[in-house]
Amino acid sequence: MSWTKLTRLVLLLAVVGTASPAPAQSRNETLLVVTELGPNSMDIHGVGANRPSYQASWNLYDRLITYGVKTLPDGSKMYDYGALKPELAESWQVAADGMSVTFKLRRDAKFHDGAAVTAKDVKWSFDRSVSVGGFPTFQMKAGSLEKPEQFSVADDYTFKVTFVRKDRLTLPDIGVPVPVIINSELAKKHATASDPWAMEWLKNNPAGGGAFKLESWKPGQESVYVRFDDWKSGPLPRLKKVIVREVPSAGNRRALLERGDADISFDLPPKDFDEIARAGKLKVVGIPVENAMAYVGMNVKTPPFDNVKVRQAVAYAIPYDKIMDVAAYGRGIKLYGAATNQPTGAWPQPIPYKTDPTRAKALLSEAGFPNGFETTLSFDQGFSTVNEPMAVLLQESLAAINIKAAINKVPGANWRGALLKKDMPLILNAFGGWLNYPEYFFFWCYHGQNAVFNTMSYQNSEMDKLIDAARFESDPAKYQALVKGFVKIAFADVPRVPLFQPYLDVAMQKSIGGYQYWFHRQLDFRQITKG
Amino acid sequence: MVGRRFAAALPGLMGVVVGTFLLTRALPGDPAAFFAGPSASRQAIEEIRARLGLDRSLVAQFGVYVRDLARLDLGTSLSTGQPVTRDLLARLPASLELTLSGLLLAVGVALPLGVLASTRPGSLVDHACRVLTTAGVSLPIFFTGLVLVYVFYFLLGWAPAPLGRLDAFSSAPPPRSGFYLVDSLAAGDPAVFLASLRQLILPAVTLGLFAMAPIARMTRGGMLGVLGSDFVRTARASGLSRGTVLFTYAFRNAMLPVITTLGMVFSFLLGANVLVEKVFAWPGVGSYALEALIASDYAPVQGFVLTMATLYVLLNLAIDVLYGIVDPRVRIES
Repeated sequence: MSWTKLTRLVLLLAVVGTASPAPAQSRNETLLVVTELGPNSMDIHGVGANRPSYQASWNLYDRLITYGVKTLPDGSKMYDYGALKPELAESWQVAADGMSVTFKLRRDAKFHDGAAVTAKDVKWSFDRSVSVGGFPTFQMKAGSLEKPEQFSVADDYTFKVTFVRKDRLTLPDIGVPVPVIINSELAKKHATASDPWAMEWLKNNPAGGGAFKLESWKPGQESVYVRFDDWKSGPLPRLKKVIVREVPSAGNRRALLERGDADISFDLPPKDFDEIARAGKLKVVGIPVENAMAYVGMNVKTPPFDNVKVRQAVAYAIPYDKIMDVAAYGRGIKLYGAATNQPTGAWPQPIPYKTDPTRAKALLSEAGFPNGFETTLSFDQGFSTVNEPMAVLLQESLAAINIKAAINKVPGANWRGALLKKDMPLILNAFGGWLNYPEYFFFWCYHGQNAVFNTMSYQNSEMDKLIDAARFESDPAKYQALVKGFVKIAFADVPRVPLFQPYLDVAMQKSIGGYQYWFHRQLDFRQITKG
Repeated sequence: MVGRRFAAALPGLMGVVVGTFLLTRALPGDPAAFFAGPSASRQAIEEIRARLGLDRSLVAQFGVYVRDLARLDLGTSLSTGQPVTRDLLARLPASLELTLSGLLLAVGVALPLGVLASTRPGSLVDHACRVLTTAGVSLPIFFTGLVLVYVFYFLLGWAPAPLGRLDAFSSAPPPRSGFYLVDSLAAGDPAVFLASLRQLILPAVTLGLFAMAPIARMTRGGMLGVLGSDFVRTARASGLSRGTVLFTYAFRNAMLPVITTLGMVFSFLLGANVLVEKVFAWPGVGSYALEALIASDYAPVQGFVLTMATLYVLLNLAIDVLYGIVDPRVRIES
């Protein structure tokens, strides 16, 4: 650096560095979250609402019920999917015939604008969620909540949901982020003939009654939440203010955390979480994402992957341990290496395959490909931090058994479209379901209904029967048997090779407490404490 | 002259309109699939496609686009959910403030450096100028930014956290021009002024380092050329002081190529902004367009390109006018 520039720079820094910004409200009651991407909508029912919008929705709106909390052996806390707890609804009663449930709402709940929360707001909100189409309607359907006719109001504080069938997922589905309770009077003021659900207005203006209000939102920059002091649906949060700032550079997010200028962050590369956890200056909480896995998928409609021996050969060729080390940095649970194909009723669970190139080559010869073949390996470039090393390792190992795989990087924006086309023979992908039941996972990923998540185009009527039966089986022993049944078929046929169950990693200052893992993988501000 | 210049630029602008429209649609990627969400069925995606108007013919879509453009309606961004015009107006001042600061810094250092190098050609100063500017321009701009953050924020703690235009606990001044430095002074708030200035230093230095090379080298080259000319020799022979010769006579005549370079550098910086914005979390127009591109969101990308093209045209216009002021011969001859 030339001396003129250096002097100039040092002088400027000295002058300005001594002046500090005015200390605002108490820092101990304000949480600064840094994130890669922020919400693009304040309305979870909106078209194209992204994952960070779920976080905004979760904290700005109430739902009828929520989940309890359980403590894991290492002391970290997570939501308890077996324990439904009251939120807006004080209590609920399933009818004797099991075909409806009646919720009693609390009488002191208010929306942010002071209006009382009543059952007609709940009905309007539920009607909206099943009517707008897209992801929210799809999610409601997963719990057999399909038509506005199912929702009725008995009086101002009594709300009834009639079932179309007995589905064990119905009640849990009412606690997911989608069925929020919207201030219907306020929303209707901004509805028009062509926009009866006020989609345009609610996109930018939350009309909720949740524990936090929106103070400001600059899309692409930051969103600021302040505590709603009249919140009655649970214990009042300790935090008074939460600032969620978008900082696109992962390296900078880590620098901010390490210097103490930010409080908490998700989405850092696994390598960073590994290093931060070892360094010990910050707290890293890594909890396996439920009902989720990273996997290698093979399209069973595309030869030669229509041959089960070829698929098994690939399953023996994958360098599992190397992938865990180099791509995931150990931030996950291994889903390989089980001794035999005798699954338990748990999910996810390890497959009975391990890296064995000799066996892979033998199987390939048996399948009729002694000299291997050529194919294409595709992955989502949007997650290239983990996907790219995985792809390279896989390509290397497949080459060792004479399968020449060309790598095809698909830009993030195109990945979903590409998955829908179902023409990629070999892919790296990940899937996780909100509702932690194996038949839920299998319904979306293996069932012959061929949903977009059934990336392998897998069709097996025997497995379909087991999955369908399991969804509605109430006897626990029979249910276990059904689950073991379809898992065993999945492992023998291996259209999809599980690799690992990823951790949801969060890094935070040591002074931050109360963090709880939620299935939606977003922050619940209500439980967090600082200092 | 201004009117004529602007009219001459119009065909270019029209070409930009058609070009960006076609290019964005030629890009791989399906916005309907992206915005329908991860779980959408084929039917749901087609519904979204119809809602977005993407199922109509290219000609029909272009017609709609041009009609909206005539009303200064650049469409709505699917990723932010806001009208593109509003997004751009909100973000342009951030980019301009950053680019102008970077340019000012670059000019403030590069001009004296260039003049110094030209008066001592072949000396240590000349070589230092060459090394410094070459290093500044050949290191990738995001690398420079990250290194500066690492050294001055992470290791030394001198620079503030790279959180954007303001730290988390200050609030923005009431918007008038959109430039925080100007608005905070207008609102009489020195604390916010200093806070914005602190946040601005590191990204402006990053941009400035990058822009220094062409300016310094053009100044040096221009000055060298002028210093060897007859009128300078006459001035020296007439006994005028060194300062007068350098600044009143030589510098003013050497400025012409430097002004052209400044114009080019400014428009180049507006583009290079994107990387600096990503590193410093700066909510500018470059990162806005980049995010839209990644999401196959057509409207913001088209709006961004059109805005940049218009800015470039206006900039060139300003340069031409400045030319006329600095060198009367240009004005008279045209």
